[in-house]
Amino acid sequence: MSIVTVQLGQCGNQIGFEVFDALYTDSHCPQGLCSKRENEAYQASCKERFFSEEENGVPVARAVLVDMEPKVTNQTLSKAAQSGRWKYGQHSCFCQKQGSGNNWAYGYSVHGPRHEESIMNLIQKEVEKCDSLSGFFIIMSMAGGTGSGLGAFVTQNLQDQYSNSLKMNQIIWPYGTGEVIVQNYNSILTLSHLYRSSDALLVHENDALHKICAKLMNIKQISFSDINQVLAHQLGSVFQPTYSVEGSCHYRRNPLGIDWQVRPPLSGLPTLGKASLNRGLHFNMSIANLVILRGKDVHSADLGGFKDSALYTSWLEPINAFNVWKTQRAFSKYEKSAALVSNSQFLLKPLDTIVGKAWNMFASKAYIHQYTKFGIEEEDFLDSFTLLEQVVASYCNV
Amino acid sequence: MTQSVVVQVGQCGNQIGCCFWDLALREHAAVNQKGIYDEAISSFFRNVDTRVVGDGGSISKGKICSLKARAVLIDMEEGVVNEILQGPLRDVFDSKQLITDISGSGNNWAVGHKVFGSLYQEQILEKLRKSAEHCDCLQCFFIIHSMGGGTGSGLGTFLLKLLEDEFPEVYRFVTSVYPSGEDDVITSPYNSILAMKELNEHADCVLPIDNQSLFDIISKIDLMVNSGKLGTTIKPKSLVTSSAGAVKKRHQKPFDAMNNIVANLLLNLTSSARFEGSLNMDLNEISMNLVPFPQLHYLVSSLTPLYTLADVNIPTRRLDQMFSDAFSKDHQLIRADPKHSLYLACALMVRGNVQVSDLRRNIERFNVLLTKCPLAHCQTVP
Repeated sequence: MSIVTVQLGQCGNQIGFEVFDALYTDSHCPQGLCSKRENEAYQASCKERFFSEEENGVPVARAVLVDMEPKVTNQTLSKAAQSGRWKYGQHSCFCQKQGSGNNWAYGYSVHGPRHEESIMNLIQKEVEKCDSLSGFFIIMSMAGGTGSGLGAFVTQNLQDQYSNSLKMNQIIWPYGTGEVIVQNYNSILTLSHLYRSSDALLVHENDALHKICAKLMNIKQISFSDINQVLAHQLGSVFQPTYSVEGSCHYRRNPLGIDWQVRPPLSGLPTLGKASLNRGLHFNMSIANLVILRGKDVHSADLGGFKDSALYTSWLEPINAFNVWKTQRAFSKYEKSAALVSNSQFLLKPLDTIVGKAWNMFASKAYIHQYTKFGIEEEDFLDSFTLLEQVVASYCNV
Repeated sequence: MTQSVVVQVGQCGNQIGCCFWDLALREHAAVNQKGIYDEAISSFFRNVDTRVVGDGGSISKGKICSLKARAVLIDMEEGVVNEILQGPLRDVFDSKQLITDISGSGNNWAVGHKVFGSLYQEQILEKLRKSAEHCDCLQCFFIIHSMGGGTGSGLGTFLLKLLEDEFPEVYRFVTSVYPSGEDDVITSPYNSILAMKELNEHADCVLPIDNQSLFDIISKIDLMVNSGKLGTTIKPKSLVTSSAGAVKKRHQKPFDAMNNIVANLLLNLTSSARFEGSLNMDLNEISMNLVPFPQLHYLVSSLTPLYTLADVNIPTRRLDQMFSDAFSKDHQLIRADPKHSLYLACALMVRGNVQVSDLRRNIERFNVLLTKCPLAHCQTVP
């Protein structure tokens, strides 16, 4: 089962490169801490998932690179080709000259329709190369113009064209102190549009990644490539092949088969909803958690803590909400590693902050003329605000 | 990669423009060792095979044959333009890119705007169209002029309306030199406000600069360099003010150092669009982020460091000092004190060996003053 990756914008392309690099390096890591046969099965599975085979033996990443200005894609393509270990397809890159100017409206309303056909064609070609498609992995940032605007447009198109495949968007939450002044506008517009068309949003905050680099890894001068490498490492440990919980002897077929779509509670259960308030305001309630363990002694790991029903909402049994995937093959060079993917209230605070800041800017109508120039009217903004407020409220009530 | 066309109007505009082209050539020469005509150079220069007669002969790739600036030089008296054409930069400009007259505008906005405007409208349009045709993807017009005179002020602003009608999608970045307190032109206040009205309506972004601030900056540099307090870490000749290695060594003109500062500003502004970096900021992003309301498009600019450090790997403390300096009013190119009023938006463009962590650390320090601040980050060391 293969995943087709779509990398959008400067951020998306820079990260995409690091992700493929991490995946490749891990799958060709000599010490897997498991039997040779196991290792080979792992490698084959990883290869099938993310790379396709080319005549001269160099694996080609199953990826489409999209950007509205050529500098970053050129850099990415050449870095991959120079490494000699893997590369991007020659024709899998789409770029224009002028960029989106950090303007969501430009990315969505101008570049989107203009280049819809070319981009979807490229994606189609990648899809045709796969034996069986399990889904799309779309990497983008929320603060810029191309990643956010064009990314939302592309995701919508994928929803229309490939409604049966899963779409998972990897979005990068910008620094709180700001990278781009209109990042709050771009973020809320992106989130509201993605909410309607994407199946899952995997969120990484630049702030958090920065902190990891500073505190846990003790890097003094943190550069974007350090941050991207941390991110790629995390993603790699989640997406590499694992066994499913049923313990079948083949590697899990569908890597994106995480049941994110948990049904919301019926309206006739108000008392249960109130019970959760007793847990205290700072307690982080989860809707669903997924733990991925790799390396030695995976089978004897104690995951009792995750099964505590206090962690989960009252309308879901811990058994349904918690999943474990294990594999004995170690990731990268770590003897043991664990990754946690969780759908919980963690996102509440950043989301609330961004919506608040965007609202403040909107109240004074700052920068709105830049968006209305390209067809995004004030109603669109108001719609986005409403949708996101609803999301915030639903998460609060978990 | 996108291209930009520079339009220099009037005496001031042309003199600054001359410094700009000189610096641009040297910057690209330093970066581009192999002499290949790459995308970075193509943003300001055309590669032309001079053996081909006529208008053709543009080469888009390969070795550099002869570089021609993407510029249009306009002046209503011939002195300044002739001097440029006799100087070392004569090969960079095409005779077809000039528009000159003989008598000048007499420091009268009305003459520049109305009389010469209508007289030369067709010619100007034609030259602009020509230069636009030579561009693959034209992103921006840079207009350099002064506000106090006649040609720069009058004809320069007449141009803006033309550009807006003819090329509505192309950004118009205007570098205007405002008259300072002790200005030698008596009618400069009239010229300036008449020009301001046009700038308000037709420019996308204006970078106001005034001579007094430039002069203060120069004095500061001279003071620092001559006092010898900085020791061996500072190179004696500041790159910002001098054209080390040679444009005119016959006699340093009085405005040279000041013009160099402005030229540096323009180069740095466009550096993220021309060179690679880890977080690029294009010209349309500058306009998008810094212009919250259509008429509030006046940007105060400041440059640091003003003197060239001999050691390229700058220790953190000095780096932090650079950030503080960027916000201090002594480093600004116009007399204004934002700290006592309100910042609407700021952008920091950083060139060289600076990492994201340094930027963030410094932004957090300034968080008290700033609520919104976008970053751009470009890797090429100037």
